Order: sequence, then structure tokens, then C-alpha cells
Amino acid sequence: MDGIPIHFYLGVSALLFFLGLVTILARRNLVYILLGVELILNAASLNFVTFSRYGGNLDGQIVSIFVIILAAAEAAVALAIVLNIYNVFKNVDVDTPSELKN
Amino acid sequence: MTAAHIAFAAFALITVVSAFVVASHRSIVHSAFGLFFTFFGVAGLYLTLGADFVMAAQILIYVGGIMVLLLFGVMLTPSRRSDFVPARFLRALTLGAIVLVGLLWVLKNAHWATQELASPESTIDEIGRQLLTREQYLLPFEVVSVLLLAALIGAAYLARRRKIVD
Amino acid sequence: MFEQSIILSAIRDAIDWVLGLVGQDISILPLPVQVVLCGLIAAGGLMGAIAFAVLIYVWMERRIAGRMQARRGPNRVGPYGLLQTVADTFKLLRKEDIIPTGANRILFAFAPMLVLAGVVAAFAAIPISWDADKGEPIMIADIDLGIFLITAIVATEVIGVIMAGWASNNKWSLYGAMREAAQVVSYEIPLGLSLLVPVLIVGDLSLGAATEDQLGGNWLIWRNPFMWAVFFIFYVAGLANCKRAPFDLPEAESELVAGFHTEYSGLRFSFFFMEEYASMTLISAIGAIYFFGAGDLFGLQGSSSLIMFGVLLFKILVSIFVMMWIRWTLPRLRIDQVMTLGYKVLTPIAFFLLLGVTVWDLYDLNDKLWELFSRS
Repeated sequence: MDGIPIHFYLGVSALLFFLGLVTILARRNLVYILLGVELILNAASLNFVTFSRYGGNLDGQIVSIFVIILAAAEAAVALAIVLNIYNVFKNVDVDTPSELKN
Repeated sequence: MTAAHIAFAAFALITVVSAFVVASHRSIVHSAFGLFFTFFGVAGLYLTLGADFVMAAQILIYVGGIMVLLLFGVMLTPSRRSDFVPARFLRALTLGAIVLVGLLWVLKNAHWATQELASPESTIDEIGRQLLTREQYLLPFEVVSVLLLAALIGAAYLARRRKIVD
Repeated sequence: MFEQSIILSAIRDAIDWVLGLVGQDISILPLPVQVVLCGLIAAGGLMGAIAFAVLIYVWMERRIAGRMQARRGPNRVGPYGLLQTVADTFKLLRKEDIIPTGANRILFAFAPMLVLAGVVAAFAAIPISWDADKGEPIMIADIDLGIFLITAIVATEVIGVIMAGWASNNKWSLYGAMREAAQVVSYEIPLGLSLLVPVLIVGDLSLGAATEDQLGGNWLIWRNPFMWAVFFIFYVAGLANCKRAPFDLPEAESELVAGFHTEYSGLRFSFFFMEEYASMTLISAIGAIYFFGAGDLFGLQGSSSLIMFGVLLFKILVSIFVMMWIRWTLPRLRIDQVMTLGYKVLTPIAFFLLLGVTVWDLYDLNDKLWELFSRS
């Protein structure tokens, strides 16, 4: 819009995706992984809105609204699971629930 | 340099810097508050894209809802040691950088057929119409509402107080 | 989306006039500078107006408390003690700005600003009057999102409170902040549902459209039999959202010292103080505009926008008086009572009222009942 090339928005979104990926890969804490997932979801919906703007229709914006709604559902369920894991194991490492095997 | 350029630069800076804080800070509470600023930056970017409804939805749901949930999650699951291990962070950074280079390569070489929306009019009317038109997004809209209900009940069931059995 | 409102263009003309004194005009400034300058002046004016209003409110609150509980309010400094709050403000500004050891300095300093900024920003979308000549509301930003944006921006206040509670490094602060978060997030549901009803009837999210719709005594509160109940739910949920008594659990003095702002002093404390009164004003203003006809007095006010502003102000003050009345009359609820009221009472009732209003509007029952009534 007003002469900002589409590459700028997509670049910001790529950086967001990269940082979200780093957060997920570098941490063991489940809540941290949730934070990373939120970053990646934001990157994705930023892409959708950008394409909606530069593609000339509103479909992208509607998809990004769905992304926001689903992110809310995801966060609620994931945090409930994390709290349960914390209640059982007293920590929230991604590896501890593997004790549930066998 | 127009107003749009300045606004874009400011919001992009807020977004990327705070996202970097999320990824790299030692304390999880700081990371969570960093995420708050990322959400705001992204909302600002939506505004520069003329997506006013998505912007308000982003602030309402992410900041008012998800952010509060995440902060509760952070504060209810305290862990003694920091989760930040420099070696692991560097490894993740390398792996992520490979993906980032790939993305940027695509970004540079792809042919983007762009045609802009005519004028930055308000989008609420049109979004509302499309969400409630049967040929367009009515079915996904209804399905999402059922899914939200299911998620709500599921979360409430999972997080309920259990009787202590021993 | 960004069309200029009456207030912003007035500010622009004022800048033009000032520059005219030195023989220039506004076109020497580049457009981004113009936009930012107008916005800053509007924000500063809003901030000043709120600060002034808070001075009056504090005086009002103490006089009312004095009258209701048969004790003395401020009556020494100035006529009727009117200058007491001015003196108090100076005392507050001169106090030492304490940041406790162990507190997180950045977040501690940032939280009060975030809390206040959210509420003040919401006022940009509130129409203060109606310009009959131009046929548009007088407001800073006539955005189509209107009430949706207001609820969104006000939601950021919760994050500021959690930030303050956590950064203070004090367990009472954190308890207060968590209570606040739980309470505000729960009461946003009935508040949002009850605000949906006027939006449904007006058919527009903008508060300016609601002002126009109610000109000439056609207030929304008379439109159908559910509206008084809807307003009641709105008012109770709004009280809970401003953390006013009887919902002032986040700062319950007898349990939590002073809640999330225990560690704050001086100017930073006054920010939290101003936020409380600003959000009371916001809720009152939304109530007056969405239910009681904004600046309209059954068409008696004529076409003067100044009188309409006065009428709106009067309605807001009445609502604020009722809030103070409630505060000095009712005892504080327990946290479980607050949650029960929010989830098991207000939310279901709000749902049914929304459904009822929809059905009423869909079948045009107003007209049908009128026909039935006039035939018999």
C-alpha cells in the first residue's frame, strides 16, 4: 500500500516465523513452546492479510480471522493440558510426559 | 518517505525486536510480556494493510484473551532453573537460519502477481457479508463456533479441580 | 477509514491560524508531521480533560461519602473544599518516586502508562456531541469499528495490571493482579453481550451512528421491553470492569494492603488512580450514549452542539454519582460470589436478553403490539 512492496511484509512475516521456530527448538518448557506457536500463527496470519491486500480480495482477512479464533481455542486447551502435566510431575519439561509410556 | 512507510517501519521494528526478546530472554515472564508487544506490532501492521477489523480482533482476542491465559500459565507453572541454554539456543538459531534463508530465497525469486485493493475502505461490512453468505464462509463459520464450544468444554473439563484420591 | 473528524480538522485549522501569526500556513509541514501533530494535540487535550475531571470526581466522591456516612468531607481549602484535590495533587506530585529493590524496573515503570493509555485511547472513539449543520458526530476519530475497538483497547488494561503486580515483586500485588485478571476477563462476557444489543438495534458499530439514531427522544432504552434489563447487566458488568466497589477485590484494603498498586507512590500511583476514574467515565459515557440518547433531551436541546455536550456531561455525572452511591452503600463481595454472579447469573441472562431482542426486532413486535392495542 502506498508504494510499500509486498516483500517487506513477507520479510517481516518470515522473520517472525524464524523467531517462532527458534523459540520452539531452543526451549524445553511447554509454555515457551506455546509462545513459539503463537509467534508462528501470527506470522501465518500476517501473510494471509498481506496477500489479501495485494491480491485484491478479502478472503485472506477472513482466513486470518479463523486463525485468530483457532489460536484462542488452541491456547485454552493446551494450557489446560500443561497445567495438568504440572500438577502431576511438578515441572513442564517437554520430555517428562514420556514417563507415561508403558 | 510517506506516512505509510514510517508507520510500517515502526510497527515492523516493534514486531521483530519484541519477537526476538520472546525467543532469547532468560526469564519466561519477560518473554511473555515480549509477546504482548509482538501482538501489538502485528496489529499495527494489519492497520497499515487496511485490515481494520482483523486489527481489532487481533487486539481483542490475542491481547485480551490469549495473553492473559498465557500469563496465567506462566505464573501457575513456576520452574526454578532458567530454560535458556546457550548451546541449544545457538543450535536452534542455526537450524532456523537455514529455514529463514530458504524462505527469503523464495521471497526474492518468486513472481508475486500483485494487484492492490482499490481503496482502504472499512472492511467490516464486506467481511460480515462474506462470513454469513452460504456460498462463501457460512459453513466454516458455523463449524468454528462448534469447535470453540468443544474446546471450551474440553478445557474446562481438563482444568477442573479433582478430588484427591489416595 | 481515516477520514478527518470535526475535532481533528478544528485542531488543524488552529495550527494553521497559529502559523498564520508568523506569516506561514500549515502546508509548510509535511503530511506525516501534520497527522502526528494533530494526533498529539488531541491526545494531550484528552489527557488534560481526564485529569481535570478526576480532580472534580475525587472532590465529589469525598463529599458524597461524607454526606452518606455522616462524616465530614473536605471543607477547609477553598469554597466547599473545592481546592482540596488540587492541594492533594501537588502533594502527590512532590512525593518521592520509589521503586522497591527486587522490582523489575522497566516493567514497573511501564505498567502504569500502559494501564492509563488503554483507557484514554478508548475515548478517541466516543462522540461528545452532534453537529447538526454537518450532520456528523463530534469526536476525535469517527471509525467504523467504534465499540468493537473500544472493547479491544480497554482489554489491554488487564495486561498492564498483571505487569504491575508481577513487577512489584510483592505477593499482595500479585494476588491483586491475578484477581483483577480473573474478574475483568469474566465480566467482559456479559459486558460484550449487553453491548451487542444496542449495536444490533442501531445496526452500526460506531457510537456516532447511535447518537444520530436517538435524536429527538427516540432513546434506545424505550425501544423494547428488554432494554432496562440489558442496561442493568451492562451497568453491573461495567462496575466490575472498573474494579469499583462492590467489585473492588483487586485492591481490597483489608486483605491485600492495596492490591496491585501497593508498591506504587507519587505520580505512578496517580496514574492508577486516574485510570479508575477514567474507566468509570468511559462506562458511564457508553451507557449514556447507547441507552439514554447521548446528548439528546427529547429534542428540546435544539441544534446547539454545546448544549448537547452539556446534556451528555450531565448524564455521565448522574451515572458517576450512582457509582459512588453504590460504593458507599454496599459491602464488598467475596471472590467466589463475584465469579458466581458473572458466570452463572449475568452471562445466561444476557444471552437470553440478546435472543429476546433479536426475536422482538425480527418480527417487528413493536408495530404488531401497537396495532393490536389500537384495534381493541
